[in-house]
This record gives sequence, C-alpha cells and structure tokens, in this order.
Amino acid sequence: MADWPTLSDIASQVQDGKVTARELVEKSLVAIEENKEFDAVISMTSERARSRADEIDVRIKNGEQVGRLAGVPFIAKDNFLTLTGKTTAASNMLKPFEAPYQATAINKLEAEGAICVAKANLDAFAHGSSTENSDFFTTKNPHDKERVPGGSSGGSAAAVALGVVPFALGTDTGGSVRLPASFTGVVGYKPSYGLVSRSGVVAMASSTDVVGPLARSVEDTALVLDIMAGRDDLDSTTFERDKEPYGKDSLDLSGKKIGVIREYFGEGLEAGVRQNIEAAIDMLNSAGAQVSEVSLPSVPLALAVYYIICPAEVSSNLARYDGQRFGYNAPDTKNLDESYELSREQGFGAEAKRRIMMGTYVLSSGYYDAYYKKAQTVRTKIRQEFDKAFEEFDFLVGPTAPMPAFKIGERSKDPLQMYLTDIMTVAANISGNPAISVPAGTSDNLPVGLQIIGNYKDDRRLLAAARAYQELAS
Amino acid sequence: MSKLTRDDVLKLARLSRLRLSDEEIEKFQTELSEILEYVQQLENVDVSGLEPTYQVTGLANVTRKDEPIDYGVTQEDLLKNAPAVENHQFKVKRVL
Repeated sequence: MADWPTLSDIASQVQDGKVTARELVEKSLVAIEENKEFDAVISMTSERARSRADEIDVRIKNGEQVGRLAGVPFIAKDNFLTLTGKTTAASNMLKPFEAPYQATAINKLEAEGAICVAKANLDAFAHGSSTENSDFFTTKNPHDKERVPGGSSGGSAAAVALGVVPFALGTDTGGSVRLPASFTGVVGYKPSYGLVSRSGVVAMASSTDVVGPLARSVEDTALVLDIMAGRDDLDSTTFERDKEPYGKDSLDLSGKKIGVIREYFGEGLEAGVRQNIEAAIDMLNSAGAQVSEVSLPSVPLALAVYYIICPAEVSSNLARYDGQRFGYNAPDTKNLDESYELSREQGFGAEAKRRIMMGTYVLSSGYYDAYYKKAQTVRTKIRQEFDKAFEEFDFLVGPTAPMPAFKIGERSKDPLQMYLTDIMTVAANISGNPAISVPAGTSDNLPVGLQIIGNYKDDRRLLAAARAYQELAS
Repeated sequence: MSKLTRDDVLKLARLSRLRLSDEEIEKFQTELSEILEYVQQLENVDVSGLEPTYQVTGLANVTRKDEPIDYGVTQEDLLKNAPAVENHQFKVKRVL
C-alpha cells in the first residue's frame, strides 16, 4: 500500500521542490495498476494527469505559488464530468460519453493544483449500496476481497483505503459516501445540502444529492471540502459559505452536548458494531462531552420516505437519457418512439429501471398525494425532529451502518434488503444535515464507522468535532 | 395494498419508455409490490398541520444577471456525443 503524508504536507513538499507533481502522479498510476484486482477504477486519466503535473512543475520552477493541493493526485467517482476520457456513471447508457464540460468541484480542486488520475467505479447512476449495480464490475473491499466496499461511491472508498490516492470524490444521495467509508475504514463526508455545487455531476435525486470527499483523516477531508464549498452560479441550490476555513483545528469536546440516537441501537444492529460504537461514545464521554440519549421517533421512517422521493426524482432525472442526443442508441429501430424504448431498455440496468418505474408510479395521477406528497410531508416531520434535537445538542451520534461490509452476492438478489443498508445514513439526506463517517475500530477485522451528524450549515464545527474524535481514537 | 398487476407494470413501462422483456415484467411485478408494501408504513403517520418539504435550503427565486455567459462549450462539443448529426442538428428517426 502506498503511503501518503497529509494533503497539506504533500502540497508543501511539491511547492518546495522536494518532490515533483509528476513523481506523485506516476506513483499513483503505478499503485492503481498494482491494485487492479480490487476493481476500484473504471478508467485512468493518465494523459491529462501527466500534462497537468508537468505544467505544475514548470510553474513551481518559475517561482509561482500553485495552491493548497499542489500536485496532489485524486480519483473522482465516474459520475463527475471530466474533460478527459469518458464519464460513464458506471452505466452502459453512458459508456461512450465524453463530457463537453467539467464539474465545478473538479475545476475548484484543479485550481488549487490537485490532479485527477482516474475515475472510480460506482453502482450505475449511483443507485446502490455495494457497487454490485455497476454495469461493468463489482469493486472488492480492500479488507476482504469476498466482500463489497459499500456504495455507491465504493470505488472511491476502496481507492483511498488501498492508498492509491490520498483522497477521492464521491456523491452521497442516501449514504453513498458514508456507507463505503464505513465499510472500508476511511473518512467520508456528506456536507450540508447546498454547500457544494453539483454542476457537472450526473444527477440522481436532486433534492438530496451532495458531493462529498473521502480521505484517511478528517483533516484532509476538511481541506478538500473547504476548497469545494461555496455558491456556484451553475447550481442555483448552492448558498454562500461561511468565511472561516474548515478543519484547521479540532474542537474541545469538553462540555459539548452529544445526543446518542436511540433509534439506531435497535434489534437490527450487529453486536460487533454496537460494541465499537459504544466504545467510541465512551471515548467522547471521557473527553468531557456531555453524552446522553435522544429519541428521534420519525427517523426510522426516513428510508420509506427516501424510497418514494428518490425514485420520483430519478424517474425525472433519467428521462433525459433517450438515446438521441448522447448516450446509448439502440440499433435497427423503426421510428423515434421505438428508438426511445429500446435505447432505454438496453441502456439501463435493472436498478435504474426499477427506480424509474417506481418513481413513475408514485408520481402518477391518483397516487401522487398518497405517496409523493405524503413522503414530502413526513420529511417535514423528520426535519423538525432534527431541528428540535439541535436546540439541545451540539452533535448527534450513532453507527453509520448496522453491519460491517457484507459478502458479494449476499444482498444483491433482494432490492429491499439492499435498500435497508442505508437505514442509518438516509435521514441526514432527507433533512439536509451534514454528517460524517469516521473509522471506529473493527468487528471481526472489518471496519466500523461512527456517524456524527451536525446541525444544518454547521459543517465547520462538525468537522472540528470529528477531528477531535479521530485524535482521541488514534 | 394490492399487488401490482401485469397491466399496471406494462402501463408504467410504457410511461417510462422502457420495452421490458416478459421476464422483467414478472420480476418487477413482485419487486415493485414489495417496495410499495415497505413504503406503506407512511400511510398511518400523523402529519396534520404539516406542509411538505420540497427542498431544504430555503432559497427562492435564485437568478443571475440576464447576460450571456461564455462557458467555453461549442455547438460542436455538444453534438459530438450524438448518434446522428446533420447540418449541425441532432438527427432522429421518423416520428410516425
């Protein structure tokens, strides 16, 4: 496994000429090749990575300041549009797609000197919790090759866990950054909804989609977020960020009120996970935090709410894939309507079809009020419970997932079983709150993640608290 | 909650512009019914006095200056992924 200093240290070393950006890119590309058996990556973006690295090295030779991520290689989930190679979203539908423009998040990272070296595997269109829904292949968990890395940002998480890059980008619509972070033993961050631009990210469920970083430390995660955060004219759901930087310091936990979400400690929680999370909570207690139990009675409903809202938005967002302007086009069709039907039938995998159909059902006249509107109203109830909890508590904690990484094939036959994997992550997507998964020990040698949820738009304090926990735990 | 019929699934497939195979129709009939049964738990939740949440940011009427912006993307760039192009336009099959 390749080893990496902190992102700030890497950038300083590059800026000071102790190592070149080109050397770091080559190190990453070699590490990706060496770890091919884990199938974390769909494609390498070697050519552009090398030319960008050389450009940065020239600028440094000329005495220029390159930026806070000078020469730092990273991997983007393949649902981020990049100006190099293909952007497939791990789908047959977008297999040949070459993006005409680049995601704002990638542009901001490049502006600070970071270099995208590869595109990571995911569940096709980010629909899933294991990467088994990828139309291409399943990524293997670096801790046990017979297990999934979690999803949908499973390739990004595996790449960070394998050390092939020091950080990666993912997207989190129902837990897709936090779950794989938990399963692979890395840090995964879901920002407040609206903090990071989604321009140039393949849309899934627009009212909960967020862009989030994965890295090995909270400090690195926070730096990447700090660079990506802020209003973007190309995404009108983004808001102005606070000016103070993220992740500079850790928070003094002494006297901080931390609520343990009772509903996350029910029957479905695996014993090994419970043990590790309870130990993590004891650690917070020992650091002087005031820890007590809190009940959010509607939170267990969040998954049902999600599996109405998400497919509804998916059915709308995936309507654009009609085979005519970009993406897969079925051969030998008689007329336009048949071209639509066959291009979509052949280009979409089973999970995309399932969600399109489900979404079409809950949005159809006669069912709209009973399903879609009802779900959006229960969503209000869930938000109110979070808001009330944050009147009393600084942070809420619980496990990221009820179990460690499961075996490949164990849940893929029953879609509902797969959906239930997200039971503890999905509430923060429904409410918009920021949440993070931080490594918290292992159960039978498989990583467990502690989830910390912050108040809406309170990302800076959440990251500072998570950093404090990680310092306690290490 | 009654199970979805074969006709229900066919109607959804048509609305979704998906030409499903017989095998898929059967599979989705069962799977979609199971998912609907799961989300049914919301039916009895008391939401009296609550309004739906369609978005969480509270932002409204976000506009920008009414001026053209050059995104650096040409018409050619946007057409390059199309399966068929003629005279700088997308070319599609006949409608009827």
